[in-house]
Amino acid sequence: MIAILDYGMGNLFSIYNGLKRVYDQPMLITYDAIAQLREADGIIVPGVGAFDDCVRNFKPFSEALIERVESAVPVLGICIGMQLLFEASEEGNEKGLGLLPGTVVRLPDTVRVPHMGWNNLLPRRDSVLLDGITDADYFYFVHSYHCMPRDEARIIASVDYGVQVTAVVNRKNLYGVQFHPEKSSKRGLHLLKNFVSICKG
Amino acid sequence: MLAKRIIPCLDCDFGVPEGRVVKGIEFRRITYAGIPWELAAEYDEQGADELVFLDITASHERRETMAQVIEKTASNVFIPLTVGGGILNLEDARKMFNAGADKVSVNTAAIMNPELVNELARRFGSQACVVAIDAKRRYLRSEEEALRAINEQREIVDTKEGKCWFECSFYGGRKFAGFDALKWTKEVAGRGAGEILLTSMDRDGTKDGFDLELTAAVCERVNIPVIASGGCGSPVHIKEVFEFTDASAALAASIFHYKEYTVEEVKRYLKENGILVR
Repeated sequence: MIAILDYGMGNLFSIYNGLKRVYDQPMLITYDAIAQLREADGIIVPGVGAFDDCVRNFKPFSEALIERVESAVPVLGICIGMQLLFEASEEGNEKGLGLLPGTVVRLPDTVRVPHMGWNNLLPRRDSVLLDGITDADYFYFVHSYHCMPRDEARIIASVDYGVQVTAVVNRKNLYGVQFHPEKSSKRGLHLLKNFVSICKG
Repeated sequence: MLAKRIIPCLDCDFGVPEGRVVKGIEFRRITYAGIPWELAAEYDEQGADELVFLDITASHERRETMAQVIEKTASNVFIPLTVGGGILNLEDARKMFNAGADKVSVNTAAIMNPELVNELARRFGSQACVVAIDAKRRYLRSEEEALRAINEQREIVDTKEGKCWFECSFYGGRKFAGFDALKWTKEVAGRGAGEILLTSMDRDGTKDGFDLELTAAVCERVNIPVIASGGCGSPVHIKEVFEFTDASAALAASIFHYKEYTVEEVKRYLKENGILVR
């Protein structure tokens, strides 16, 4: 089973349906059902909204998620769900989970903010998550802040938006994507499928 | 690089069960292009970057039908969906988000209550809050008109057809209230809107092409993405709006509904002309 954490940030209809297209056992997990995370082969941390709201809403899940990450369960953070994995964000005052060293900063005023629309990826490193994905593939982004991992080697792909924006990060079993695979049509579903393969081992 | 977006617009009539996408009016009779979610899937298949659903009936009773249409679309179509027409408050917006919409677009409700833009942005995030602005040229044909415009602190644009300011219309183009559209764009951006859906009321329905001067004027004034709308009659118009303005997206309805061009054909044409599309 792959768990989608439902911590009250935004509607999970699309990610659930998207995952359902490529995998038959997605499960929305609310706090009440958190014990079931122990059975998860993979975990998705979605989310839209402001950083502080996300961190606060996520608190009841933090311990369980960190424990699962340490137990080598594959985890995929999407958009703010990826930003949450870092230490802090310029958008708010709350502390992130700190699973990835680095911070989240605002996009500069020299570009239109939010960064909204389809951007092609510039893969930098091999990763199973990007199997079959090239620099000709576009994904849907919508965000005003972007992740700056302290260790650049964590950046698997970036995009060129006038500035370099971190698009995909990875550290061991932990993955993050700034874009929305569930809104990126066929290529997005392909990426979700890659994540399913990672979860299946 | 960020690709320019091509957005088919689905004007929906919910007076019919399941809703219908309005194609146009022929011999005084409304004609339909199809069932919203079927058309949505077709446009996705053709490579549409996003879809906008507008409830042209915008009546409260039919909001449920809109939610069902969105839900049905979102379970099958994995690109961003925007819903507009008759979103009056946070509750209406929430219903649409729960049904699977990614953004809501507000127009009249925001003019009546600008604080709604702040509330939407705060509650659902700027990225989910689109402000639709319908703008009409008001030419300054005499010295008297020019003086009045200056006194009223209008933002005046020098167009090929002469100096003008732009007035906001609302209630679907039926009402005007002396609102300066260019000032309004800056205000809504300041209030947290994540995007502007800009429609030229002079061009809407004409197929004469986008109002390039209006679009450029808005793009210069705000730092959020702008969707150009109103007047698209051919792929050339889309090319023009991307060449002459910094619009992030172009919205069109009839060229797609009448199957004059597929999204794919439009994109092929744009690519051949050096415009970056997905």
